[in-house]
Amino acid sequence: MMRVLVCVKRVPAPGSRINITDDEQDVDTAHLGFTTSPHEECALEEAVQIVEREGGEVVVLTVGPAEAEEQLRYAASVGGTSFVLVPTDGTALDPQRTASIITQAVNESESEGGQFDLILFGNESADSAGFQVGVRVAHALGRPMVNGIKGIEVGESTFTAQRAIDGGLEVYEVPRPAVLGILEGINLPRYPTMKGRLASRKAVIGEAPIDSDAGGLRRVRLHRPEETVSQTIMLPTEAAAAATAVVDLLEELGVMGGES
Amino acid sequence: MTVLVIAEHDRGEVPIATFEALTAARTLAASMDDTVEVVALGDESAQIAPDLALHGAEVVHTIMSPVLSDYGPEAYAEAVVALVNAISPSAVVASGTSRGNEVLAGVAARLDVAFAANVVAAEKSAGGFSVTRQQWGGSLLEDVDLDARVAVLSFAHHSIEPTEAPAAGTVSTFNVDLPDELARTVIKDRTVTSAGVTLATAPVVVSGGRGMGNAEAFAMLEELAELLGGRVGCSRAVTNNGWRNHSDQVGQTGTRIAPEVYLACGISGATQHWVGAMGSKNVIAINTDAEANLVTKAGHAVIADLHEIVPAIIEEVKKRQG
Ligand SMILES: Cc1cc2nc3c(=O)[nH]c(=O)nc-3n(C[C@H](O)[C@H](O)[C@H](O)COP(=O)(O)OP(=O)(O)OC[C@H]3O[C@@H](n4cnc5c(N)ncnc54)[C@H](O)[C@@H]3O)c2cc1C
Ligand SMILES: Nc1ncnc2c1ncn2[C@@H]1O[C@H](COP(=O)(O)O)[C@@H](O)[C@H]1O
Repeated sequence: MMRVLVCVKRVPAPGSRINITDDEQDVDTAHLGFTTSPHEECALEEAVQIVEREGGEVVVLTVGPAEAEEQLRYAASVGGTSFVLVPTDGTALDPQRTASIITQAVNESESEGGQFDLILFGNESADSAGFQVGVRVAHALGRPMVNGIKGIEVGESTFTAQRAIDGGLEVYEVPRPAVLGILEGINLPRYPTMKGRLASRKAVIGEAPIDSDAGGLRRVRLHRPEETVSQTIMLPTEAAAAATAVVDLLEELGVMGGES
Repeated sequence: MTVLVIAEHDRGEVPIATFEALTAARTLAASMDDTVEVVALGDESAQIAPDLALHGAEVVHTIMSPVLSDYGPEAYAEAVVALVNAISPSAVVASGTSRGNEVLAGVAARLDVAFAANVVAAEKSAGGFSVTRQQWGGSLLEDVDLDARVAVLSFAHHSIEPTEAPAAGTVSTFNVDLPDELARTVIKDRTVTSAGVTLATAPVVVSGGRGMGNAEAFAMLEELAELLGGRVGCSRAVTNNGWRNHSDQVGQTGTRIAPEVYLACGISGATQHWVGAMGSKNVIAINTDAEANLVTKAGHAVIADLHEIVPAIIEEVKKRQG
């Protein structure tokens, strides 16, 4: 039996351009949907698969506005078993504060339901990309943590975790209980089934009001990097003429060699 | 005071990223009248000192320990923290690679101070540091005030051109007893999955998106990539549909590429895709929609059905290659 915790963050899902509010404090979400990071979706899928094999439960935790219930219900529809929302007023929290809140929530949940054998994070959050909340939580709990994980095998007293590097994998063997940061690609997350949708409607979302002090990062403003505006040269649209134009270009750029 | 740079190395091999961090650290140090010192961990640390000196290290602190036999995030963080406590630098920096960010997060957690990841600009301010950092994989920038007794920063990889600036590079051995327990997160083993040209290093990337329609259509991209000595890439819509493996995905949560030519077929160019592709030197888009973001971003575009255009390109390449 395994008790697994997955931490997910509600983030906006912008399309071709990220707009910023007039006060420059946030992404303008007026016309946007919300989601969780692909890394975290994969972390959830991995937790669900592990528990399907080993038995146990998948607790899903988020620190966010009341609307983050949407991400927890989605988690319910793909196999999460219990859900905790730590409500905030919706303004962005700094990573130290988020980590401290999650650590307290873990301690509370463990004192009631027993220790988590495994706590999963995303490699980094999709929006703020702090690259640290999981590491901070693991340190506070005194547990081992490795980020960037693309494969997990569950052993008797350890987890064998694979980390992706360019052209290869590094293998880590961490004792249980452990904390791992997951990369997209470790699995292909399932889509909600009819049964899953029902489960999502019935899911009970527990609230844990926890707060902590602000950390040492304070947002001044958001802005967009300078864009290099390029004039797009339109090539012919008829197939043979287009092919000639594209291959002329490839020749000009010196990539027709074909040696790999 | 000192700006302390963490040198990355893989069994003695120093990545460009570390020289980028050293270059950025020199600028930061100069603005505060600080010196640049480097910490190198593990058995190969003395051997890499000359390279670090060449890029501006006044002092190279070497730390040796049985638990530093190979990379391990906890052992690295613990060793750096011991040195920080001994020499009290004004800043601890590294490159924003997976290892760099992981070690610095561990350092900041242990020192209980803030950590700003993927910084593109940093300067001392009245209350601490003013920092600009990347969000959304680089599609957005955040200015932050960093308030800490020591600034912990990673510099965004690829955002600085590394330069040389020879310095003394005096090697100084730092002795610290690291608990055996830290071995729990040290690399146990490695496997090579692909030798040679990878998506990240390919000179040509031929990429397909949802517009491809199905997995089978990728056969023609494979053929074209092969002819050009390149690799096949794809968008997340494609990996989500199970048409391609995630290792082919370009973007914020996939691979960042920097080819000479990026040929994007049936990809709309969402910000999360574009941040992975914007390092490409030349972008050619094939899309039925002239308004698609990727078309706007491309240097050249063909506004037509990729199922007609790609086979014609293959024909033409074969003809000219003879
Ligand atoms: C946090 C987060 C991280 C993400 N990370 C990534 C990432 O790493 N990589 C990534 O790619 N996406 C990522 N995404 C997803 C991204 O937002 C888009 O959903 C995705 O890139 C869309 O893929 P697409 O362009 O293939 O599909 P679509 O947006 O559906 O575009 C299909 C395009 O094909 C064109 N087309 C259709 N038929 C044809 C035809 N016959 N001939 C020519 N053109 C045709 C259409 O005009 C359209 O432009 C991420 C999203 C989030 C929220
Ligand atoms: N508000 C939050 N609620 C729950 N989990 C979070 C939150 N913020 C960050 N995390 C988790 O911590 C990981 C790393 O976040 P970050 O340090 O912001 O990059 C994310 O991938 C999530 O798994």
